[in-house]
Amino acid sequence: MNPTLPVTAYPLRLAAPLAGFMVLFFVAPMLMLLWVSGYADPGMTQWGSLASWAKMFDAFGLGVLADTLWLGVQVTLLSLVLGYALAWTYLRLPPRLQPLVIFIVMLPLLTSVVVRTFAWIVILGRQGIVNAALLDLGWIDEPLKLLYTRSGLVVALANVQLPLMVLPLITALQRIDPNLADASASLGAGAWRTFLRVTVPLSLPGVVAGCLLTFAAAITAFISQSLIGGGQMLFMPMYLYQQASSLSNYPFAAAIGLTFLVAVLVCVSAFNALGRLSRGYAAA
Amino acid sequence: MAAGRRSDLSSLAFTGGMSLLALLTLVLLVAPTLVVVIVSFTDGFSLKFPPPGYSLRWYRELIDASQLHFAAWNSVQVALITTLLSVLLGVSGALAIARSPAASARVLDSLFMSPLVLPALAFGFAALMTFSAVGWTVSTTTLVIGHTVVCVPYVIRTTTAALAQMDPALLESSASLGASRLYTFRRVTLPLIRPGVLAGGFIAFMSSFDNVPVSLFLRDARTDMLPIRMWQDLEGRLDVTIAALSSVIVIVTLLMMVVMERAVGLSRRLRQ
Repeated sequence: MNPTLPVTAYPLRLAAPLAGFMVLFFVAPMLMLLWVSGYADPGMTQWGSLASWAKMFDAFGLGVLADTLWLGVQVTLLSLVLGYALAWTYLRLPPRLQPLVIFIVMLPLLTSVVVRTFAWIVILGRQGIVNAALLDLGWIDEPLKLLYTRSGLVVALANVQLPLMVLPLITALQRIDPNLADASASLGAGAWRTFLRVTVPLSLPGVVAGCLLTFAAAITAFISQSLIGGGQMLFMPMYLYQQASSLSNYPFAAAIGLTFLVAVLVCVSAFNALGRLSRGYAAA
Repeated sequence: MAAGRRSDLSSLAFTGGMSLLALLTLVLLVAPTLVVVIVSFTDGFSLKFPPPGYSLRWYRELIDASQLHFAAWNSVQVALITTLLSVLLGVSGALAIARSPAASARVLDSLFMSPLVLPALAFGFAALMTFSAVGWTVSTTTLVIGHTVVCVPYVIRTTTAALAQMDPALLESSASLGASRLYTFRRVTLPLIRPGVLAGGFIAFMSSFDNVPVSLFLRDARTDMLPIRMWQDLEGRLDVTIAALSSVIVIVTLLMMVVMERAVGLSRRLRQ
């Protein structure tokens, strides 16, 4: 027994089984990826080459990476607009209705991703609701192509990831003292001014947290990207999967995987730095 | 006076605009689930919405779909073992780091939580490379290991949150009354954090059952997993049987959520 340990804390060695597990099955595989990426050929006979890295960072590979990150930005922005409106309105609902809204927000979070993606295929398809409604209204003569388009993918992904945005936003907005908005209004600020100058700045920690989760989920959403985006669009997860699975080019797939991983890490660190800044700002 | 009326109007327009956008968002959140359930009762061969007529034919198809049954059973088994392992490893890990003043506890926390944001597909591929390098063939064991890595963060998060809410004075008084650390854990800590642990376990179960990116690399024909089977079916053709299966999954998820909400206040714990 460690005599200096306060009674309220547990010994750190309780974390040993999980730490060992993670080192063996998470850290080691990541290092393995680095090792595999060093092979010169798909057959993995010659080690000590940067060939797969050079291939990853050619114009095509960089294009796929940039496009994947851009997709993440588009999805995050759309989710932020939709999610903010929902979170803002949620706090003004009668308390009786609030649990119902939370339930509706949470349902997609726990429903299978394949099911949710499938639902969007049904909605966006040639015979889907959107096309059926527009045809009935006579606004269009032929079904629009919505599935397998960039905008269809952005809308679907924004909705699939929406709970990750809404829940931190609600938490952040709940923390704001309602008197501040009243004070702003009584000093003559209009609704828009109060919203932009008081509410939004104070909710920034929630915005950053929501954006981080949504962005990370959107760029790694392999299933939604492949089913709703279709074969015409290539993003990092599919790029990795094609090389690893169909083409069996393991060194190249490893380079893609690591590049993607580092890109996500850089984005997460940037968001976290923003989060610290915004918490300082919201607390000031 | 005129200025006052103008600001009332703009305030009304603002609230109205926000509420409309919120309503649209709610509809977008509910619609997909609802549409799948409705379409699954179609009597036609396509996913046309609204369906031309209603029947239970695709549910009858589902009863005979032995491939899907096989995959579903595999998925449930893997999810159950993954949950058990995640809870055992996760709770002891959370206990160790939650109240620890040591700097190494923060490092461990980042390590345990990192699978949550890092691309799971890259991890799945890395795990496959590692297992094959040491000569392990893919099996239920490799699936469980891979799933546990990505599911353990949920247990850590809800358990740490439950521990943080616990009043340390309870532990101090238990200790000052002469209770051993283990006794205090069983009689004080565990009952208080149980809802958090159960919520984390539930999320871990759902996330393992739903996992695609890790399973994609760590399963073979003998260990076919349900979400992958569904994904591959959907890539080939849009089958209405998948709609029936999806609606079964939605309804079961919904029921489990209601039970967990009643039992442990799931929504509160998801927002921490």
